[in-house]
Amino acid sequence: MSANTWEAAELRSLAKELVARHPVDGDPLAFLRARFDAGLAWVHFPVGLGGLGAPRALQSAVDEELAAAGAPDNDPGRIGIGLGMAAPTILRHGTPAQQRRFLRPLWTGQEVWCQLFSEPGAGSDLAAVGTRAVRDGDAWVVSGQKVWTSLAHKARWAILLARTDPDAPKHQGMTYFVCDMTAPGVEVRPLRQITGEAEFNEVFLTDVRLPDDLRLGAPGEGWAVARTTLMNERVAIGGTPVPREGGPIEPLVRAWREWPEVRTAGLHDELMRLWVRAEAARLTGARLRQQLAAGEPGPEGSAVKLTHAMLTQRITGLELEVLGEAGLRHDDWTLRRPERTDVLDRAATHRYLRAKGNSIEGGTSEVLRGIIAERVLGLPAEPRTDTTVAWKDLPR
Amino acid sequence: MTAMPDLLYDESEEDLRASLRALLSDVDRWPAALARIDGGEPYDAKLWRVLAGEMGLAGLLVPEGHGGAGAGHRVAALVLEELGRAVAPVPYLGSAVVATTALLTCGATDLLRPLAEGDAVAALAVPFSRSPYDRALYDRVAERDGGLHGTITSVADALPADILLVPAADGLWAVDAEAPGVTRTPVVSLDATRQLCDITLAGASGQRIAGAETGRVAVRAALTTGAALLASEQLGVASWCLETTVAYVKERRQFGRPVGSFQAVKHRLADVWVDVTQARAVARYAAASAGEPGGEAEVAAALAQAHCAPVAVHAAEECVQLHGGIGFTWEYPAHLYLKRAKAAAIAFGTPDRHRAALGQLVDLPAA
Repeated sequence: MSANTWEAAELRSLAKELVARHPVDGDPLAFLRARFDAGLAWVHFPVGLGGLGAPRALQSAVDEELAAAGAPDNDPGRIGIGLGMAAPTILRHGTPAQQRRFLRPLWTGQEVWCQLFSEPGAGSDLAAVGTRAVRDGDAWVVSGQKVWTSLAHKARWAILLARTDPDAPKHQGMTYFVCDMTAPGVEVRPLRQITGEAEFNEVFLTDVRLPDDLRLGAPGEGWAVARTTLMNERVAIGGTPVPREGGPIEPLVRAWREWPEVRTAGLHDELMRLWVRAEAARLTGARLRQQLAAGEPGPEGSAVKLTHAMLTQRITGLELEVLGEAGLRHDDWTLRRPERTDVLDRAATHRYLRAKGNSIEGGTSEVLRGIIAERVLGLPAEPRTDTTVAWKDLPR
Repeated sequence: MTAMPDLLYDESEEDLRASLRALLSDVDRWPAALARIDGGEPYDAKLWRVLAGEMGLAGLLVPEGHGGAGAGHRVAALVLEELGRAVAPVPYLGSAVVATTALLTCGATDLLRPLAEGDAVAALAVPFSRSPYDRALYDRVAERDGGLHGTITSVADALPADILLVPAADGLWAVDAEAPGVTRTPVVSLDATRQLCDITLAGASGQRIAGAETGRVAVRAALTTGAALLASEQLGVASWCLETTVAYVKERRQFGRPVGSFQAVKHRLADVWVDVTQARAVARYAAASAGEPGGEAEVAAALAQAHCAPVAVHAAEECVQLHGGIGFTWEYPAHLYLKRAKAAAIAFGTPDRHRAALGQLVDLPAA
């Protein structure tokens, strides 16, 4: 069946059949496996790999139908890196054996994934990674240090970018692997952050042996594979619909309505500025989804993360000022290992501090502006000196 | 809350956009526009005849039974977007949107038909800076001894008008702009492509088309709709400024490379692009919500002016700056866009007034 002949109604009826065959109140993992095998996990994936080759936009019909039936959730908050980054990369660059091995337990949430990309010396300049992987017979021996690794302490697998040819220019000497997080030599240490908690980890890799069948893509072509991952990370398609005053502004408007004594003219104008910007961002997301549904995706998606970071930082900053005395009081500095980044149940101070990461993680706002300028507006690239020199000769 | 309206453009809107852009992309446009400004005749009467007469665009908001096209606000907004891209000197906003909405609200259908058919131009005689929330709109003109007396300053699109719609304490009046006792004095205006004038009424006779209450409702509706659709004009201004500046910095070389390869320039233009992208969603929402019952039209209009007015000003300011010296010259059109954008940010109320009004409308009180 060709991709465009699917209709939402058909997928809804397939979802109903699934629920009829596999009751939603049984073993959650069994249900999720059955859903994967029915092709209703991610309908745009191929048949046999959790999908039906249907348009991606129709996934929401399945999700709505199954949510209404009370079906178990595959917990995307915990498996986001696997779903959003590892899976599309494995689909595009993995062997059939790798696809069969990894995608099903990834999607059900049975196996959690993390991402071993960033290093102390390779953040926004990701192609500067220095973690070495050296061929040894039918395996690779990996040594180096990674950082900012969410969920490394829970993860069974990681996607890993490592340098395999220091004599090649930096973009050409890398290879992409799946890293076994249970292998000897993998050490995970919590990295405590500005909020006091540790969402992230440092990961130390010391002579970690990875069999060659964990390599994703050809040796030396890691950058092309990583670009698939990064593009999927930044497929910000406007997210899910939110109601007016939904999202980061929600606690701020609630505080404003509940605390009349702190209202001033200056705070009010700033509040309304942010209300306007939040509503503009919401409408932009709605327009983006309409474009996608009409089959004419625009480049607006690349603005979403940039806007979200700016707005969340300003909103959470104003929230502290509106709260006044309460804005001086934090809830808890003890080291925690949160599994999700839900921040609505934490103090406003936590939201303020955590938001500072929004313009750094997943591509800094500066990098995103550069991407918009070059890829959307077509402006010329900055002159570079690091693309033709062997990696080992670059100043560090 | 109502369901999210369609924020895209449909095929017929894109067709109309293409024909408008072809019409408005005359190569001699800028010298001609500057010559009209220097000659004190800013309005382009020939262009207006094509738009209103031949293309029938003045009647988009008017039902077919009254000589219009019954096409609605979304299409009128598209027209304004293209007129904004060209800073076209025609009274579309004042006549086909604001005055037309006032007449529609009053049910003054005999006056609507000539407007819709392109045979007459009308203007609502209130200062261009007045917001829909202003109360002091009705105390400038009073009827005395069978004639209207008073002065209204800084009125937009009234110079080329045949009919003036004059708010007074006792209602809304239609006055023949050429009638005895009516004086229109051109004002040297920041936005010379939409020149303002002062209107003096000294015993002018008119026709009362609405009583006090209906008149107030009509004026508020007219200004709200004007604010909502002005956002599309602002979107057009901002789009032109962004596209023209991007093209310029790709070509212009300094320090041995294109100016547009400098990060300091790229990041500023990326920010303008994000703003314009969002302004498009907001302007489409305002157009889709215009005329909707239940207060959403007012929320959408206030949102649109609070967001799109600063976006257009910012885009025009960046256009002047990133063009360098040429952006500061009279011959280059960047200044026409800056003047249009800044004047439009004051029109129908400044962004801060709209933010304050929004606070009331969405239950976020100021104090």
